[in-house]
Amino acid sequence: MSAALEGLPERQAVHWRPLVDERRLRRTANLWTATTAAHVVPFLGAGAVLFAVQPLALPVTLVSFAHAWVIPELYAHRGANVVKPKAPRAGARAEQLSVGLLGDLIGHEARELHARTGLVLERAALGVWLVGPAGAVLVRPGGHRVNCYCVRVNDPELPSGDRIAHLLLALRSDERGFATVANLAFSGARWRVRRRLAKSVRPALDAAGAAARALDRVSIG
Amino acid sequence: MSRLIRMDHTGHTTLAEWTADDAEAVDAAVAAFRAELDQGYFGMVSTGEGHAEQVRDLPVDAELVIMRLPISGG
Repeated sequence: MSAALEGLPERQAVHWRPLVDERRLRRTANLWTATTAAHVVPFLGAGAVLFAVQPLALPVTLVSFAHAWVIPELYAHRGANVVKPKAPRAGARAEQLSVGLLGDLIGHEARELHARTGLVLERAALGVWLVGPAGAVLVRPGGHRVNCYCVRVNDPELPSGDRIAHLLLALRSDERGFATVANLAFSGARWRVRRRLAKSVRPALDAAGAAARALDRVSIG
Repeated sequence: MSRLIRMDHTGHTTLAEWTADDAEAVDAAVAAFRAELDQGYFGMVSTGEGHAEQVRDLPVDAELVIMRLPISGG
């Protein structure tokens, strides 16, 4: 189409951010892993050393271990919050219409998953996306790692289907730009985020994980 | 029949409908499209499964043109 525009115009608002690509995603993943290790290892080490030096200090050791466990959990909780189900603000009729339009944009499988979980599954170049009304989760090829992004349309009164459709159209027009505009809330293991998700949403992450494993097999093949 | 719709508080609103051989309807759709651009909306067209394109002019041959608002990091 001759009148098509290159890239998301919203990128201008975050012009200082480098465009997300495979290399940058891998670097981000490594940084998050290193940061998590930097938080966890000192607490584990301190607890172990303390117990070795003075076994009576067991309660302090346990507190130290608890810190090592809680900190990554808090990060994962922040990640899971990007697709936390929220009560719709729009009326029932508007919600119904918006979901109808969204249904026209996605396939049968994605429609069925959206009806069950409130999230839309979208296969793309960087991995498999789960798009919700106020955020998106990127499950990387292989299905082990997820990136959770806060991203939304700037109108809180829109019905949920429209909010997802806004994000989906932006993602489909420029995936790398979409990942650049969105704010990264968490990058880490899929299982860690899954535990913090609402039970109704977990099947969407499972489906995305399976799709991402298939992507990995295709890329290896 | 092609349609120009805007995603809004009602779910969506149909702004214009046209066929390529109806010049009057096309002109009305182009005017409606430009008015939405002036309001800060972006025009989007699906270009196959999993793909969409932002357009600055109304693609007269498209079946469905959707106006969306800007997104941002939350």
